[in-house]
Amino acid sequence: MNGVDLVLRALHHGEQHLAKELTTVAERHRTDHEVHHVATDLAHWSREHAQRLADTGQDRGPHLGNPPTDHSPGLLSAMREKAAQALGHRPEPALLLLRDLRDLHLAAAQNSLYWEMLAQAAQATRDDDLLALVSACHPQTLRQMRWTNTMIKNLSPQVLSSL
Amino acid sequence: MDASVDRIARPWGSRTPYGRHEPWPTRVDTFLEEGVDQRAVQRWVQAASILHSDGDAMDIAVMDGRMVGVRGRALDRVNHGRLGPKDLFGWQANASADRLTRPLVRRDGRLVECDWDTAMERITGRSRELLDERGPGSIGFYTTGQLYLEEYYTLAVLARAGIGTNHLDGNTRLCTSTAAEALKESFGCDGQPGSYDDIDHADVIALFGHNIAETQPVQWMRILDRLEGADPPRLVCVDPRPTQVARRAAVHLAPRVGTNVALLNALLHEIIRTDRVDHHYIEAHTVGFDELASRVKDCTPDWAAGICDVPAARIGEAAEILGTADRLLSTVLQGVYQSHQATAAAVQINNLHLIRGMLGRPGAGILQMNGQPTAQNTRECGANGDLPGFRNWQNDSHVADLAKVWNVEPETIPHYAPPTHAMQMFRYAEQGSIRMLWISGTNPAVSLPELSRIRSILSQERLFVVVQDLFLTETAQLADVVLPAATWGEKTGTFTNADRTVHLSDKAVDPPGEARPDLDIFLDYAARMDFRDKDGGPLITWRDPQSAFEAWKRCSAGRPCDYTGLTYDRLRGGTGIQWPCNAEAPDGTGRLYTDGIDRAHPDVCESYGKDLVTGATQEVVEYRSLNPDGKAMIKAAGYLPPHEAPDDEYPFQLTTGRTLYHFHTRTKTGRAPQLNAAAPDVWVEAAGSDAAGLGLKEGDLVEVTTPRGAVRGRLRVTDIRPGLLFVPFHYGYWDTKAGHAPDGDTPARAANETTVTDWDPVSKQPLFKTAAAALRRVEHADGNTAPAPTTTASAPNRTDAVPATTGGPSALAAQSADAGRDHRKEGTA
Repeated sequence: MNGVDLVLRALHHGEQHLAKELTTVAERHRTDHEVHHVATDLAHWSREHAQRLADTGQDRGPHLGNPPTDHSPGLLSAMREKAAQALGHRPEPALLLLRDLRDLHLAAAQNSLYWEMLAQAAQATRDDDLLALVSACHPQTLRQMRWTNTMIKNLSPQVLSSL
Repeated sequence: MDASVDRIARPWGSRTPYGRHEPWPTRVDTFLEEGVDQRAVQRWVQAASILHSDGDAMDIAVMDGRMVGVRGRALDRVNHGRLGPKDLFGWQANASADRLTRPLVRRDGRLVECDWDTAMERITGRSRELLDERGPGSIGFYTTGQLYLEEYYTLAVLARAGIGTNHLDGNTRLCTSTAAEALKESFGCDGQPGSYDDIDHADVIALFGHNIAETQPVQWMRILDRLEGADPPRLVCVDPRPTQVARRAAVHLAPRVGTNVALLNALLHEIIRTDRVDHHYIEAHTVGFDELASRVKDCTPDWAAGICDVPAARIGEAAEILGTADRLLSTVLQGVYQSHQATAAAVQINNLHLIRGMLGRPGAGILQMNGQPTAQNTRECGANGDLPGFRNWQNDSHVADLAKVWNVEPETIPHYAPPTHAMQMFRYAEQGSIRMLWISGTNPAVSLPELSRIRSILSQERLFVVVQDLFLTETAQLADVVLPAATWGEKTGTFTNADRTVHLSDKAVDPPGEARPDLDIFLDYAARMDFRDKDGGPLITWRDPQSAFEAWKRCSAGRPCDYTGLTYDRLRGGTGIQWPCNAEAPDGTGRLYTDGIDRAHPDVCESYGKDLVTGATQEVVEYRSLNPDGKAMIKAAGYLPPHEAPDDEYPFQLTTGRTLYHFHTRTKTGRAPQLNAAAPDVWVEAAGSDAAGLGLKEGDLVEVTTPRGAVRGRLRVTDIRPGLLFVPFHYGYWDTKAGHAPDGDTPARAANETTVTDWDPVSKQPLFKTAAAALRRVEHADGNTAPAPTTTASAPNRTDAVPATTGGPSALAAQSADAGRDHRKEGTA
């Protein structure tokens, strides 16, 4: 396994992780409606990235494993949504939301760095397919980061000054 | 032309046909109270309508200190003398017996009358406590789209620089924030590029989600008159309902709700594929074309047909008409703005004009319409999530400039984040970080989504709610303090319609009892709170409408919405005038961008833009690198499926909307007898095939259910697209036994019991058009019919099904081709 394969594997894991985290945050903050809906939409991007990485891995040799296909809400997510509703009238979830957004941001930033590495390697090895993959996916990762950054910027003043 | 017309049965009156490039002929509409002769009217007082976003100019007839009727102003550029049904009949609500006449405060759980001192002291006392204990972020202001410019500006100054809160928004968030955002995304700045006069010159008029026949009936009259004249325009209509516009359209596209971006991308695909683009214009005035071309490369009509459930051939026909238009006018409203991917879709319509070079010439224009009448003023004055004068909150020099106008330190004006939008303010109130909410002139307990949630927020013990309104609305019933406000015809001020036309509206009669103009209430609050500027002088230095207008002129000076060339005197007696109006454009400005795009430069622009999917804000560095010369920005957007899709449990899509005879939460139109009789109660529209499938018939009492709640109404079977239900929004409870909510004998009738809490991440406009719903019968019709009008999109699919909507003798309004004016009595208060 060469270095590119190592990064592919790490990024595949990172995108799967981010997809899961975005979905979890969406459920946990069901009553923060913008977060809920946008995080759900952005989870699709990461799932798609993971799928494309898996396909690339397939072509190149290393088997990355298929991303989970069952996205139907399970017991755990139902509990998270109920908890969000029950806590809807309390201030504490706002603080938790900031922490969750921070974690999402860091996860996306990690993925972004891996995309950067892949892009550099693809250029060095003149791997056009890999470069095309990065060009298609990396901008969306950057948009995930900008979104979490914007939400943190917009929500922090109120949340942190009102406790 | 008939001298007198039943304007409920014939809402658009008689035709005055005219040819392309000709002026729209005058037709003066007059409605006077029964028994009042036009010659007996003592005074005609100049005004304009605040019941829709046209701002139709009219004169109020006054006899013995009371309003007795209205007459269109023949020489005004907007309406050329015409009035719509809401203009003709709506004024009667002012004199309703149930107007609020004294302030109310809550004592032992009940609202009881008190004097102004008591009410205002209660408000200022709570304000000071909160400022001391929790800071300015604990106080929020939620205003309307129906106050006057002077009032919004005063509110913006006292909220932003007096209290120092970032929480100020208008209910224009629900109707017009996408219009503003789409203009900022494409042109770097708010402000309508086009003019209503473009209707006179266009050869193609495309109406995107815009039922102009019902929302802006006077401009529909203009289109109808062109359709009957020489060289009529072809209409392209995008609407899932069989509106009057759809009936007259050359091509009617009725897409599945929530798929506008897919449809528009297919239209752009076809126009680019057939190379019907203006390469010179693109090169000279825009950035971003290549990305758009690549984004829509695969968005063929066949692809879109599968998503939108519209025949691909029809999309091709529409693209052909749009692509070959010589002068294209596009108008956009709630079918786009209140739907999924609102801003992304509205921006694609701007793109259509940018790539075809259809801007800045007579007939080549875009009207990103407003829903509320004075929405434009909330945007300009900074009462709708922007800083006053279209200043950019991310640009420190803009903030410093504003601070100079107000004579405060820049840090006084919150600009660390965008001004809080209404939906987030309610979330903060729900969580308890906002503890006081001052609601002026709007009724969120009916107009916001998911009403049970809104009621629970407003009813919280810890939230201090102030409501300033004309009536004891559903929201006022939940308030801690209720302030009786004066309204249109009872106070003086200016307001600006959707095509930047500024009108003056004068006081005609005294308000009832102790009711006060909103301006006086805000000034009183500012004085009691003793807000100061940085030199210790009073922050707010004006005392009346005219001095407030002069203050606003100083704030607007040099800004895109420059009012410095306007005065009350100039606005009296003549026609409304379009801003910018200043030394360079003393007669106002008909169209923006006649010489290219000039407001998008990084140092000038109102916004650095947002991501069209996530809503993430862009920073100045990014903006400068993408658009260093300040050109128009062509921004592509991919289609995303709506967030709520039909399933087995909720097999229908549900859309809601305004209809011809009612406005906002019916606080006024529900109290105008002719308008109330024409559409007295909520109803539910379904397609013939869907009704047949469920064994439902016209007039059956049905229940529409979504995961949020249910609403009951009688069924109207129409030619709406199959799979879609329509419920008119904003029927509430003030005229029911329960008062402010469904209860016991009062079934749920407000459409927003059912709508989803979701908003466009870019414009933050709530989505009222994309819920999934179930439909069932509660009881058989038994001879009843739906209380839906037959004159509009609600017309039954079988003409023999229900009696036609008429208004009878009480709805007869005069119309005359000549002005028929009595100049001796022309005057003002």
